[in-house]
Amino acid sequence: MRDPESWGRFPRTRHAAVVPVRWANGDALRSSAHLSRLAHGLGRSYGDACLNDGGVLLTTRTLDRFVALDAEAAVLTCEAGVSLAEVLDLVAPHGLFLPVVPGTKHVTVGGAIANDVHGKNHHRAGTFGRHVLEIELARSTGARIVCSPTQNPALFAATVGGLGLTGLVLRATLRLARVGDHLRARTVALGSLDDFFARSGASDSENEFTVAWVDALATGRRLGRGLLHQGNWGPPEGRPAPRSRAGARLRVPFQLPFSLLGRHTVRAFNAVVHARGRRAAGERRVRADAFFFPLDGVDRWNLVYGRAGLVQFQCAIPPAASAEAMRALLATVSASGEASFLGVLKNFGAVASPGLLSFPREGTTLALDFPNRGARTARLFHELHAIVRAHQGRLYPAKDALMDPAQFQAQYAAALPAFLAQRDPAFSSSLWRRVMPDA
Amino acid sequence: MPERALDKVVVFGATSAMAQETARLLAGRGAELVLVGRDPEKLDAVAADARVRGARRVHAMAADLNDPGRHAELLSRAASFLGRVDCVLLAQGLLAGSDACEADPGLAERVLVTNFLAPALLLQRTAALLASQGSGTLVAISSVAGDRGRQSNYVYGASKGGLTVLLEGLRNRLFRRGVHVVTVKPGLVDSPMTDAVPRNRLFAPPSAVGAAIVRAVERGRDVVYVPGFWWAIMTVLRHVPERVFKRLSL
Repeated sequence: MRDPESWGRFPRTRHAAVVPVRWANGDALRSSAHLSRLAHGLGRSYGDACLNDGGVLLTTRTLDRFVALDAEAAVLTCEAGVSLAEVLDLVAPHGLFLPVVPGTKHVTVGGAIANDVHGKNHHRAGTFGRHVLEIELARSTGARIVCSPTQNPALFAATVGGLGLTGLVLRATLRLARVGDHLRARTVALGSLDDFFARSGASDSENEFTVAWVDALATGRRLGRGLLHQGNWGPPEGRPAPRSRAGARLRVPFQLPFSLLGRHTVRAFNAVVHARGRRAAGERRVRADAFFFPLDGVDRWNLVYGRAGLVQFQCAIPPAASAEAMRALLATVSASGEASFLGVLKNFGAVASPGLLSFPREGTTLALDFPNRGARTARLFHELHAIVRAHQGRLYPAKDALMDPAQFQAQYAAALPAFLAQRDPAFSSSLWRRVMPDA
Repeated sequence: MPERALDKVVVFGATSAMAQETARLLAGRGAELVLVGRDPEKLDAVAADARVRGARRVHAMAADLNDPGRHAELLSRAASFLGRVDCVLLAQGLLAGSDACEADPGLAERVLVTNFLAPALLLQRTAALLASQGSGTLVAISSVAGDRGRQSNYVYGASKGGLTVLLEGLRNRLFRRGVHVVTVKPGLVDSPMTDAVPRNRLFAPPSAVGAAIVRAVERGRDVVYVPGFWWAIMTVLRHVPERVFKRLSL
């Protein structure tokens, strides 16, 4: 069988064993005790957070059973390998939705917890982990431990956003949200980065969901131009919420030998999107899938980046420094000549993240995808990371393949001792060994 | 011809991957299920999943089917829970290669009991129950391995071949009594049973078998290969003359 990959398909790894976890009982931890293990769900983290080169990957898509659904109380318990898509398919007919969803529904519940993912409503709802009521964890000691914000809270705080390093998540109990059956969405054109900062405050207070798409190639006066997408659940109209779309409409059938997304194609694409966005005024009724998961419409879109894969940059910068940092980051990208197809800009709210290593914190986050062009890309990332460091920012481990150990250890300096005390020593990942070489 | 009913179903070997997938599909349609499996914790997980996915009623019974003394009691409890029984699925199985079976006759015996002896006795009782109703479908999971004895897994193959013949006979015997018998012959399936076998392109997901079982029952099929291409492979294999076949290392 092909070795599992991360979404960026970089770095490449070779695992000693890939073991499907069949039952939520901890039996999967009994074999190959001398090798480090890591749970691997749908492999949607971009870099090496979901890889364990030379070790064992415990694949969790086989842990796909539901345990209990209380539709009245809006609470679901399921096994860790259930995907968010499967959760939404199950709960949508009850008028329920997940309180926080990332940009793809093809992640597992275990992965969403391990990376404490966030979505377009972070400024209101915080991270995914804030809505996790309970986690059952199998540890390499053979123990099965239930943790929650009140029961074994130190282990809970380490497990949420804990990059899969505190053990194997078996089951989780999630709070669901009662929602309308569609979204009312609006797109506002942003002429520049100043425009984003001028409008995003009001946008955040008026809208449950907001995110800006940014043209990372624009320069000068138009630096940071983009589109601000806003949305709110429509008032319930007595009809059941529409079901999630069963499958993707399009699929990238095979890996291209080179990246389709060069500077010129991306520039042309961005110009078209921006022009369209400027024309699309007013409020539209949108299905949840189209609003939250537009990229899921193209299955395996990561293959268009070619054999070398893609690398993603995502940082969060504290409020006081965010405007200055964003300007510097975007200017560096547009000057580099490296083309970013997807630029996303969003303000994180003040809601505290529950995990010790949770990435989101109050400020502004910028996410950019780049085709991996080896040394050139690494050089650009080096410059971007320096800007992040200079503004006391942090990088998102779930997206990262290139940060250096100093950055990781600095951004989590306050939390690392407590995290290390809860970590399961039999678990490790390629990311962990890269950023914590001495741990 | 109207589709055959699949609303009240008994699943023996309910914790097997293929049975779970079948139960999941039936649960999604609101079926009533009786689930029988050996391990109580695993069985509870399967039963809970079926309830959440929409099964109208679920009754789980932990039992080892290799103890034929329990068969009568299990069947009568299942029948009294469901009332009419639309379908009984038998999905228990144990895979072991020839080397392992030769090294451990106890293992060979377990393969024969799990795949043939216990199913044969259980199917006979189940057939009587359905015949007394005058309706229902009996489905059992056999294997392509039962189509021809091969050096690499002849004990397993013999157990499945025996099961295939038993089902053939039951189908014939029950035909005039309103009971239909389906033989399901999966090829390589990505399940715990085959965790020790290196994966290749021929492997099918257990969900494909689950869907095939539901389809086969509804359409009243007699024998189904899953995926369908195994029919072609096994047809060729069955027709290789024995004097040639004995020289092959399949």
